[in-house]
Amino acid sequence: MPMRSALIASMALAAALVSAAWAGGIPSPNLGQTPSAQHLADIDISIPPDGNGLPGGSGSVAQGAAVFTAKCQSCHGAAGVGGPNDRLTGGIGSLATPKPIKTVASFWPYATTVFDYIRRAMPITAPQSLTNDETYALTAYLLSVDGIVPRDAVLDAKSLPQVKMPNRDGFVSWAMREQAAGGH
Amino acid sequence: MESASLTSEDLAAGGGLLHRRTLLSGGLLALGAAKAVQAQTVGSQSIGAVSPPTMTTPGAPFSAYGVPSHWRAGVKRVIQAAPGRTGTGVSRTPLEQMEGTLTAAGLHFERHHNGVPDIAPDKHTLTIYGLVKRPLTFSLDTLMRYPMESHIRFVECAGNSGGLTAPQPAQVTAGVIHGLLSGSEWTGVPLAILLQEAGVDPRAKWILAEGADAAGMSRSVPLWKAMQDAMIALYQNGEAIRPEQGFPMRLLLPGFQGNTNVKWLRRLKLIQTPMFTKDETSRYTELMPDGKAREFMLQMGVKSVITRPSFGLTMQGPGVYEISGLAWSGGGRIAKVEVSADGGKSWAQAALGETILPRALSRFRLPWMWSGEPALLLSRATDEKGERQPTRAQWLARYAPGQTYHFNGITAWQVQASGQVSHAYA
Repeated sequence: MPMRSALIASMALAAALVSAAWAGGIPSPNLGQTPSAQHLADIDISIPPDGNGLPGGSGSVAQGAAVFTAKCQSCHGAAGVGGPNDRLTGGIGSLATPKPIKTVASFWPYATTVFDYIRRAMPITAPQSLTNDETYALTAYLLSVDGIVPRDAVLDAKSLPQVKMPNRDGFVSWAMREQAAGGH
Repeated sequence: MESASLTSEDLAAGGGLLHRRTLLSGGLLALGAAKAVQAQTVGSQSIGAVSPPTMTTPGAPFSAYGVPSHWRAGVKRVIQAAPGRTGTGVSRTPLEQMEGTLTAAGLHFERHHNGVPDIAPDKHTLTIYGLVKRPLTFSLDTLMRYPMESHIRFVECAGNSGGLTAPQPAQVTAGVIHGLLSGSEWTGVPLAILLQEAGVDPRAKWILAEGADAAGMSRSVPLWKAMQDAMIALYQNGEAIRPEQGFPMRLLLPGFQGNTNVKWLRRLKLIQTPMFTKDETSRYTELMPDGKAREFMLQMGVKSVITRPSFGLTMQGPGVYEISGLAWSGGGRIAKVEVSADGGKSWAQAALGETILPRALSRFRLPWMWSGEPALLLSRATDEKGERQPTRAQWLARYAPGQTYHFNGITAWQVQASGQVSHAYA
């Protein structure tokens, strides 16, 4: 497989480049400082699909609906459709049709990504202003519009990673395949 | 214009395309026919009477930081912001108004997700952590003490050229279609050195990179790329990276989707599997006809576009022209660019610049004797791996309707008898 051999070649090249940079025994500058535990905690905001790092707190569909109306609807439209900016809901089952509609509901593979993105980047006029409770609630509300979670759902660090998105198995990845095959 | 100096041997393909090494000498011979007139002045005259005014008055003073000529004030990025936003969206490089292979820093394309942050360089740090032996934080000052490298590389947005998937050819400039593409000399610290100092845990296979902007832009990139040729870029074309390009530091991943070249870089977390961030799930995947999406298709394909002549430029009558354009590939060096003036019936190989760099913009040129008849100009590039640019139809057939990322099909320009150039599908 060409990609696999390219990967191996590139790893070898990388090793050669690093050693070339330090040929002749020139010591690496080693000027990095050890970050404090607090700094690492402050910056470590990404949430992977397994939910590792999700914060405390929780939010319900009903709470999320209220936050959405107040802070999201003007850009994304009622229930996430028809606003000037990205459509968030609907479109499930459309991907293999002549008119695919890619939304959070129809396309995104992981609910953790919804939480991660809302928390880091929304609302666009005041990013990172939402509380963890509000972020859980908004995620619950958005997913409830298409019935991905029930109307009485409450999401938290435990339940969020267990949500199965409709398009969870809709992706194929050469990079992931290479990793599985070669263990790079 | 007289073309008697050209012979059939100079013709490389249909439609008047000339061999790339054709020497154009007819114009010089014609000049020799002009009658020489000796300048004559008498003692009471000064030559200033006949010189241009710029030679008779002192010019403008020095300037501490130069700007382009005001005569070229119309050469600008083309801004397209999201509805209701001023800093979310894109601005495109006006490729058709530029030459060579480097993009002026002020015309480098922009893609921002929530504006350009104003980062104080003495407050900014880059932290490398996660699956490493020693988490490390670097200030800009400390990075300045590391050995640096300079490389000329392109950056191209994964959405570049997506307009060519529209059902009808948009009558817009080459820059509006293909201008999410720029070329620069980038200088900075090879990421492999910093990772080596941190000590990569063998379980680490990916790196999550995040910017300090108001979108917290984040992407997962494979570790092998970070080790191969990734750079913490600090300089662009010899000066500190512009705010729009990530001041004080950005990740440079040559040939990868522009979006992975995270600007305003503040952290790199080594991880086992991708983070599946918004931009690698909702965006920048390839939707296939069966409804499945290929993800982490990170390397940009081989592509070319003729920038002169192109839409918006008008031919000045029959005669000899130079066809000029850009070719590039995320896979390495450009090996060959072919040009057609008859809509793809015949092709001639264009000349490439003296230095062809990997994952950099290459300029191609070909002399052309335009007869004044309608002509359909195309270019197609092949890279050193043997990958060749597909036709638009071939590209469209591979993907689901509505797929626009990673478009690298052939662009066509219709030269009309009137001299006007329009965008066409061939």
